Amino acid sequence: MGELNRKKAWELLSLLDTKEISAVELTQSCLAEIDRSGKKLNSFITVLSDSALEKAREVDVKRSKGLPVGRLAGVPVAVKDILCTKGVRTTCGSRILQNFFPPYDATVIRKLKEADAVVIGKTNMDEFAMGSSTEHSAFGPTLNPIDPARVPGGSSGGSAAAVTAHQTILALGTDTGGSVRQPASLCGIAGFRPTYGAVSRYGLVAFASSLDQISPFAKDARDLWLISDVISGHDRRDSTSIPERLFDYPYSGFKGKAGLPKTTRFGIPKEFWGEGLAPEVREAVRGTIDKVSKAGYEVEEVSLPALSAGIAVYYIICTAEASSNLARYDGVKYGVRVNDYADLFEMYAKTRAAGFGAEVKRRIILGTYVLSAGYYDAYYLKAQKVRAVMKKEFAEVFKKVDFLLGPTTPSAAFKLGEKTDDPLEMYLNDIYTVPVNLVGVPAVSIPCGKNREGLPMGLQIIGPQKKDEIVLKAAIMLESLGIKL
Amino acid sequence: MEYESVIGLEVHAQLDTAAKIFCGCSTEFGAEGNSQTCPICLGMPGVLPVLNKRAVELALRSILAVGGQVQPKSIFARKNYFYPDLPKGYQISQYERPLGTGGSVTVHLDGLAKRVGITRIHLEEDAGKSFHPEGRAIEYSLVDVNRCGVPLIEIVSEPEIRSPEEAYAYLVALKQILQYTEVSRADMEKGKLRCDANVSVRPKGQKEFGTKTELKNMNSFRAVQKALEVEIARQIKIIDSGGKVVQETLLWDEDRQAVAPMRAKEFSDDYRYFPEPDLLPLEVSMDWLESVRKGLPELPEARRRRFIEVFSLSDYDASLLTSERAIADYYETAVGLYPNPKMVANWINVEVFRFLKEKKIFIDDLKVPAAELAALLKKLDSSSLSNTMAKEVLAAMVETGKTVEAVVAQKGLVQESDEAVLDGWVREVISAFPKQRESYKAGKKQLLGFFVGETVKKSGGKANPKLVSTLVKKHLGE
Ligand SMILES: [Zn+2]
Repeated sequence: MGELNRKKAWELLSLLDTKEISAVELTQSCLAEIDRSGKKLNSFITVLSDSALEKAREVDVKRSKGLPVGRLAGVPVAVKDILCTKGVRTTCGSRILQNFFPPYDATVIRKLKEADAVVIGKTNMDEFAMGSSTEHSAFGPTLNPIDPARVPGGSSGGSAAAVTAHQTILALGTDTGGSVRQPASLCGIAGFRPTYGAVSRYGLVAFASSLDQISPFAKDARDLWLISDVISGHDRRDSTSIPERLFDYPYSGFKGKAGLPKTTRFGIPKEFWGEGLAPEVREAVRGTIDKVSKAGYEVEEVSLPALSAGIAVYYIICTAEASSNLARYDGVKYGVRVNDYADLFEMYAKTRAAGFGAEVKRRIILGTYVLSAGYYDAYYLKAQKVRAVMKKEFAEVFKKVDFLLGPTTPSAAFKLGEKTDDPLEMYLNDIYTVPVNLVGVPAVSIPCGKNREGLPMGLQIIGPQKKDEIVLKAAIMLESLGIKL
Repeated sequence: MEYESVIGLEVHAQLDTAAKIFCGCSTEFGAEGNSQTCPICLGMPGVLPVLNKRAVELALRSILAVGGQVQPKSIFARKNYFYPDLPKGYQISQYERPLGTGGSVTVHLDGLAKRVGITRIHLEEDAGKSFHPEGRAIEYSLVDVNRCGVPLIEIVSEPEIRSPEEAYAYLVALKQILQYTEVSRADMEKGKLRCDANVSVRPKGQKEFGTKTELKNMNSFRAVQKALEVEIARQIKIIDSGGKVVQETLLWDEDRQAVAPMRAKEFSDDYRYFPEPDLLPLEVSMDWLESVRKGLPELPEARRRRFIEVFSLSDYDASLLTSERAIADYYETAVGLYPNPKMVANWINVEVFRFLKEKKIFIDDLKVPAAELAALLKKLDSSSLSNTMAKEVLAAMVETGKTVEAVVAQKGLVQESDEAVLDGWVREVISAFPKQRESYKAGKKQLLGFFVGETVKKSGGKANPKLVSTLVKKHLGE
């Protein structure tokens, strides 16, 4: 059968359904890989070997008895350690939650369980999803499986590395400013950020509520479709969850060639080609665009001037929301509390000083500042205004074109420690991904070649709101053009 | 110099819902500490609020009841501050875009009516309760989060109240509206109504406001009035001696009957409000608003007018009976069972009110249900009890909670209606007052009452006055 863990979910599901393989075998092949490379890559914070095998056995029994099974029956899925799992430690990569065991499952975890997926473990991440390299974790950095001297990207670096290293078949991360698309790009896999509200945030520990979105990793766009279909849908526990079904089940596009009409228009935002873009990435993305054009699709340059303010707006809004969202970690109710304090306020201060890492503290301070009396109008309010302008520009541009195409990140994976001393340099790595979060539209990153050092680079396809299925269809089309690793 | 005070009140009223505002936990008062909680109201990582529609409806009612405007789109905001009884580290409230604006409350004081304007009415969640046990060995505080997420409305008045008495009257009127509309039980003892006050003074005639202070920690309407009196006197004393009032928050000390500044650490100046990203803007459709309007019960003012019209009551009687919805309900129940509106009104406004005052209780706590009062009045009407006896019976019912029948039986308070017995008493009385007998016979018929009264007195209150009256007339030759 070869190495099962190297296969894609849609291939494995048909093998499982025809009982050519068992879920236990498949799960064991992933667990064996975790055993082999997990420690070195530091991709997992918690590996759930026992419960994963138990679930796999349960699925095998169901299949052998001919009972109905869920849509991901027997497929291993790793989940970022920011998603609450009942009775299973959920740390958010932070010391302050190193002893936190949630009393409930996040909605996506419930949906995965109902789909009979095998939850194989909780993956490493930048503390509270704040970072672009997975170096800001209280549990140590995760390494890029392609080149262990380099970062896997972040903040969902553990999930990206786990899929890349075949420690799991699928994985969930969260994408607040690019935290799934950027590591997908740096690891050479596929990562999809659905429309804001497509996937319930209930049980996702909040970093920046208006930007956070649970997002899957996979080896190709077809697998992204499979898991997105499972995890999306309206949830009455999340007031911002959208009521419509965004995915058609079963997916008709799988039959025959994923056909996009030749009248499909791709827009190339000129703001994506400015300063800071590595020539090799520019070349790779340009090459892909040429192929799209040669395949007979319309390609035209477009402009979204507000994109230039993306990073500034993003770091005002996300830090503002984070400063409030992280106020609950005060040592009173759960998580870590220091032992030595004179009064209540010292307990707060010492607990938070000891519990949070430097990047989290930096963002809490920034966010507190931009919301303070006297600064609110100049920062937070202005950022919201620019955000509204950006939404308008996107709505306008999507009247002219069906998709936007561009690079996912300005460069291939950087070295560990390379940007940790320069937060601004680190933030700039999100320059092409954050506008998607600010506007709330769906976007997918797929590989578009390797540089001379053999490091993967990513291409981003951005679509209009709620056109999630079509965005993935476009990704499948691009993959079919042979733009692959 | 003569001063005028400028007062604005901020009232927090608990909305009378079964569930909390953002989760399904119960709002029942008096449950065991921390028993009414879930991950949401505990502020666990990853949870999200979902707005309780019933809470919105009650808030809408309150806005309609004061004649305010419901904003078609309002926005929830986070009020950020650290305190152990606030598990999320922020309170979900409304800030720049409240649910309701405008309206007024009619206040009656010294026979004059005055309208106090309402600035805004907004929805928010309550915080928990901290306990600080005292004692040398105790080095901890306890938190009860049962109240966390209990739905509140904050009703902010315009600074149009001019005296502590007016503030008191405003609170009475507001409480009446909230109870009538069943928006809130508005019970200050159970923390279902709380009031903070902003107060400043200025020389009479001056247009500009003086520097205000904020008063907190008053736990009754009288305490609000008293705290305002004390604070106004304090401010005047400062200004008269050439000083300046400092803008600050003061806590009312009920035991010392004095105000004291809040310790700096107990509050924060900058709550860093920003729109709550976990909730969508609250949109109220015309249809929704209309259905709430239709369900609005009769308001105190309308009920007063109806009592005057339908029951032919005086303005005074109707005002007293409609002062509280529970009293008006009590009255209507009693009248329904014993349809003599004037008599029932008299008995409630005189006798029942006297007991409420004496015992310092509300009508809900009165041990005599409306049906029993009606039964008592029926007995009185059918002459099986005299007026004096009926009052005695009511007093006993108030004390013991027993039924009319039980009290009457126990006390042996049966009206004497045996004609032979009555006849004996009447004869004795007539022969005891020969002068009056002659006057009556000469045509002074109003003396009938005198003979009846004397006979009832002679019987020790037991004689049936109607029968006595007939007998007197018979003996005196009619
Ligand atoms: Zn609750």
